[in-house]
Amino acid sequence: MITPHELPRLLAGRGSAAASLREHTSLFPGAMLNDAAQQLESSGLLGRGGAGFATYRKVALIRSQRGSHKVVVVNAMEGEPAAHKDSHLLQSNPHLVLDGAEALAAMIHADRIVVCVARDNIPTINAVQQAIHERQRRSLRAPDLSLVTPPGRYVAGEESALIHWLNDNESLPQFRPEKPHVLKLRRHAVLLDNAETCAHVGLISRYGAQWFRGLGPATHPGSTLVSVSGAVQRAKVLEVANGTSVREILAAAGADPSPQGIVVGGYGGVFLGPEILDLPYAHESFRPYGANVGAGILAPISYGTCGLRETYRVAAWMAHESARQCGPCAFGLPAMAEDLRHIVHATADAALALDRLHARTREIEGRGACRHPDGVVRFIRSALTTFATDVQYHLTNGACAGVRAKGQLIVPTLVNEEELQWD
Amino acid sequence: MGLNRSGLFFLQVNPILCDGYGHCHELAPELVTLDEWGYPIIDATPRPLSDDNAHQAAIYAERGCPRQALRIRKVQA
Repeated sequence: MITPHELPRLLAGRGSAAASLREHTSLFPGAMLNDAAQQLESSGLLGRGGAGFATYRKVALIRSQRGSHKVVVVNAMEGEPAAHKDSHLLQSNPHLVLDGAEALAAMIHADRIVVCVARDNIPTINAVQQAIHERQRRSLRAPDLSLVTPPGRYVAGEESALIHWLNDNESLPQFRPEKPHVLKLRRHAVLLDNAETCAHVGLISRYGAQWFRGLGPATHPGSTLVSVSGAVQRAKVLEVANGTSVREILAAAGADPSPQGIVVGGYGGVFLGPEILDLPYAHESFRPYGANVGAGILAPISYGTCGLRETYRVAAWMAHESARQCGPCAFGLPAMAEDLRHIVHATADAALALDRLHARTREIEGRGACRHPDGVVRFIRSALTTFATDVQYHLTNGACAGVRAKGQLIVPTLVNEEELQWD
Repeated sequence: MGLNRSGLFFLQVNPILCDGYGHCHELAPELVTLDEWGYPIIDATPRPLSDDNAHQAAIYAERGCPRQALRIRKVQA
């Protein structure tokens, strides 16, 4: 058994191939605890999908719902181009995630588990399929396991879009004014959790809350998976204790030790300066910046690239990934990306574009059905603060040399980056 | 007439249904302004139901929306 202060936990015994059921049971011996729900409550586990909501509160909400055919949905869609943690985890030990999903199913009395993996993520699909196959016919009382593969768009991993896909084969977010909103598959209540969250539940329901809280600060306990990309030799996924300093995480990933900016949380997160290097990696560290650790992404960029151009690339891609259901998102995001382009290339319109951009961030925020436009607004706003001196440089002296440097953040290629217009 | 005029209301738009016809701005200019693409920006601060002008305008906007994207939501004060 892994001792409480030992790392790695989730990635223990990672080999070149996904662990088989036999390897998994020898790595993580011990039966499931009978009081798993209480252990989950006292563990204080926060969801690892981005919102950082207490997992137990979600479980309690769904458990209080009526119905005997509830469903556990494991979200491993991972639409963020900079995120690899869920694929990495499922390719190293899919059984740990399935263990957690089964523990959650037992807590809410669900009889079905659905694992969602983006359809272009073939290695992960294979690993999950193999694991499900190994687990079949273990026991008559085990919940039914299945794998679905929605399209791999950014917004397809948003929870309402995922449920919409499972219900109606349409990967579009939905408008949910009621809070808290209980997701429904047909008419059955759904507990939707991130794959990493499930893996932690798998460990907590085996080793208990005390064990889980052996790492990390009391307000954000446990270990976490971080995807590091950007100014690194190779994009990496690391397991670290929450509360480790950002500098140590970047050093462990072999990243540039003195970056000029760091993306925290993902492309719907924030772009911050090097002053955050000594902050502990936990939700409350980034709260003053209006963010949290999000989906576990750290992406530093080096001096020598242009932070504004990197922001533009992300904004353009995020605009492209809008589901185009809501006007403010469908028209607003491309407009903001276009404003950024003017600033990056220091066109004659740049000063006006900056004013327009500030006005549009205020105008667009909070007006979409999902949080996609809010994420982009937050990202652009934080980048404008972090790279404020660069903005002034671009406005007065023209585009900096970094604009022609190779981009560092992982952004899928757009067919025609320069012409991002649909009207 | 026995109508309950206590409490607050606000106007809410379903942004997915909304296609930017702009009728709501015509019908309730004090509650709805339009952005540069013609989509409504709604003043979401709850107003008292006893404010007849605003409430009537909200009802007109709700009924006049070609996409039925607007709802009047009541909050208990």
